[in-house]
Amino acid sequence: MVGTRSRGSIHGNRTLAGWLFVLPVIVIIGLFMLVPVVMAAWVSVSDWSGIGPPFAENVNFVGGDNYAELLGGTGLPTRDLGTALRNNLFYVLLVVPIQTAVSLGLAILVNRRIMRGRGFFRTAFYFPSVTSSVAITVLWLFLFSATGPVNKVLSWVTVDGPNWFQDPRGIFHIALGAIGVTGQDNPLTGATFMGITGWDWVSGPSVAMTAFILMAIFTTSGTFMLLFIAGLQQINSEVEEAAMTDGANSWQLFRFVTLPMLKPTVFTVVTLGLIGTWQVFEQIYTGTQGGPAKTTLTPAYLSFNTAFNNQDWPRGAVIAFVLFAIIVVLTVLQRLWLGRTEVGR
Amino acid sequence: MNARRERVLARAPFVVLILLAVIYIAPFLVQVVNSIRPESAVIRDPLSLGLGTWTTAAYERLFTRSDFPLWSMNSFIVTLFVTAGRVFFDSLAGYALARIPFRGRGTTFALLIAVMAVPGVVLLIPKFLVINQLGIYDSYTGMILPLLADAAGVFIMKNFFESIPVAVEEQARIDGAGIFRTFWSIVLPMARPAVMTIVILSFQGSWNELSHFIVSTQSTDLTTLTKGVAQLASGQLSQGSQFPLKLAASLLMTIPVAVVFFIFQKRIMNVGAGAVKE
Repeated sequence: MVGTRSRGSIHGNRTLAGWLFVLPVIVIIGLFMLVPVVMAAWVSVSDWSGIGPPFAENVNFVGGDNYAELLGGTGLPTRDLGTALRNNLFYVLLVVPIQTAVSLGLAILVNRRIMRGRGFFRTAFYFPSVTSSVAITVLWLFLFSATGPVNKVLSWVTVDGPNWFQDPRGIFHIALGAIGVTGQDNPLTGATFMGITGWDWVSGPSVAMTAFILMAIFTTSGTFMLLFIAGLQQINSEVEEAAMTDGANSWQLFRFVTLPMLKPTVFTVVTLGLIGTWQVFEQIYTGTQGGPAKTTLTPAYLSFNTAFNNQDWPRGAVIAFVLFAIIVVLTVLQRLWLGRTEVGR
Repeated sequence: MNARRERVLARAPFVVLILLAVIYIAPFLVQVVNSIRPESAVIRDPLSLGLGTWTTAAYERLFTRSDFPLWSMNSFIVTLFVTAGRVFFDSLAGYALARIPFRGRGTTFALLIAVMAVPGVVLLIPKFLVINQLGIYDSYTGMILPLLADAAGVFIMKNFFESIPVAVEEQARIDGAGIFRTFWSIVLPMARPAVMTIVILSFQGSWNELSHFIVSTQSTDLTTLTKGVAQLASGQLSQGSQFPLKLAASLLMTIPVAVVFFIFQKRIMNVGAGAVKE
C-alpha cells in the first residue's frame, strides 16, 4: 500500500518536473513561432490595415481574395511576385548544383590521406561560413564594385568587367544576344505568365544576381564540405582499395564507388541547399534592396518590403505563405524521392 | 619522361588546393589592406599592396564619430543574454526529453520537430505582429526573449544526455537528490562538451542575427552591429562610396566570431560534420 502511494507520487512529481523543465522552451517557441504562424495565416485571409490589433472586430475575413488577387492578377503586385519568383528560381537553379559540386570537390581534395596541411585548408574553406551575411555582403559590394578588385583581376586578362551590382541584364539574355537572339520579334515575348513575358522568364539571373550567386557559393561551400568529409570518412576504405586492385582509375573509382556511397550526404546537401536558397533576404536587405530594375528582388525580401515599407500587411503575409508553400512542397518532393531510392537500394 | 609526368600529375591536386585556398582567403586580405588606405587610393587601384600612405582614418571615424560603439554594445548585450538563456533552457528541456518520462513528452518532441521545419524568413511578419501585440516592440526584451530558446539546441542537449549512463543519476537519486538537483549538480557538469557546442552556436547565431532585429526594433538606441552596418552599406547613413569605412566596420564585426572560431575550430568543424550522422 505504502509502496503504491510513493510510486504514484513519483509519477506525479515526474510529470510536474518534466513540464517545468520544458516549460520555458515551450512558451518561447509557442509564443514566437506557433502563434505567429497562426496570426499571419489569419492576416493573409483578412483585410487588416496594419492599424490596431489584427483580431479586432472591424477586421473582416475575406477568404482567399488576397491570394486570388495576387496570384491571378495582372497588376504591379503580381508582376513583382512573378519577378521575385523568377529571380529566386535562377538563383536556386545555379547555387544548389554548383555549391554541391564545389563542396564535394573541396571535401575530396581535403580528405586525401597523404597530404600536408589538411587542417589549414579545411579552416580556409570553412572560415567564410562563420561570418555574418551583413559582413560578407559589405565585402562583396566592394569586391564587385565598378573599380573593385574583381574587375581589376579581369582587366589583367583584358576583360572589361561590368558594374556588377548596377547591371540588370540577364546573363542568358547576354549570351543569347551574342548569337543574335533578342527579345524583338521573339515568339516568347507574346506569351505572359504572372505579368512577365516569356522572354523575360528566360533572362537568367541578372549580372547583379550573379554576384550574389557567387557569394552564396563562397559562404556555404565550407559548411557542406564538412558534411561531405563526414560522409567520406564513413566509407569503408577496403571497398575503394578492392576497386583499385581491380584496375579502376581515379575517375571510375569516384564515379562508380565513392559517389554512390555518398548518396545520402548528397541528398542532405541538396535538401538543405533548396531550403536555404529560397530564403534569400539578408543579402538583399544589406546590398541592393531588390535593385537594379528589381532583378535581385526575392520573395522573402518582397514579402518584408510589402508589409513593413508599404504597410500592406495582408499581401506581405500572402507572399510569405506562398514562399512557405514552395519550400514545403520541395522538401516533401525531396523526401519522397529520397524514400523511393532508399527502398530501391 | 613518364616518371616525370606522373610526378607532376601526383602534385596537381595540391596545386589546385593552393589556388582554391588563395581564392577563399584573398577577399579577406584585400579587405584588411583596403580598410587602412585612403579612399581615393582604394578607388584608383584596389589591389595595390603599396601601403605608402596608410591611414587609420576609417577606424578613428568608426570609434569617435559614429554609433559603432553603441552598436557593438547592443550586440554584446543581446549575445550575452541569448547565449546564457539558451544554455540553461535548452539543457533543461533536453534533459526532460531524454530522462524524465513525463506525460506529454511525445507531443512536446513532435512540436519541436515541426517548429524546426518552419523557414525563418516566413516568420518575419508574424513575429513582428506578436511582438507588437505583447507590447515588447522596440525594447531589449523584444530583441532577446524570442531568441532565448531554439529547437536545434534542445536536440543537441537531448542527444548528449541520452549518451550519459543512467547509473550515475540513479546513485544520486538513492542518495536523496531531487530531479533538479541531480540535473544541476550531477548531469549538467558532465555535459560540458554539449554545453560548449550550444555556447558556440548561440554566440555565432545571435552575433550574426539580423532579420529578427529588423522586425523587433526601430530606434537608433537599439541598433545592433548587423543592423547598423547593413544601414551603413546601403548608404542610408553616408555619402559616396566610403569603402574603407565600410570594410573596416565589416572587419571589426567579424573579429569576435573569428576569435571564437579559431579557439574552438576543432569542435566547430566536428559539429558541422556530426550533424549529418543519421
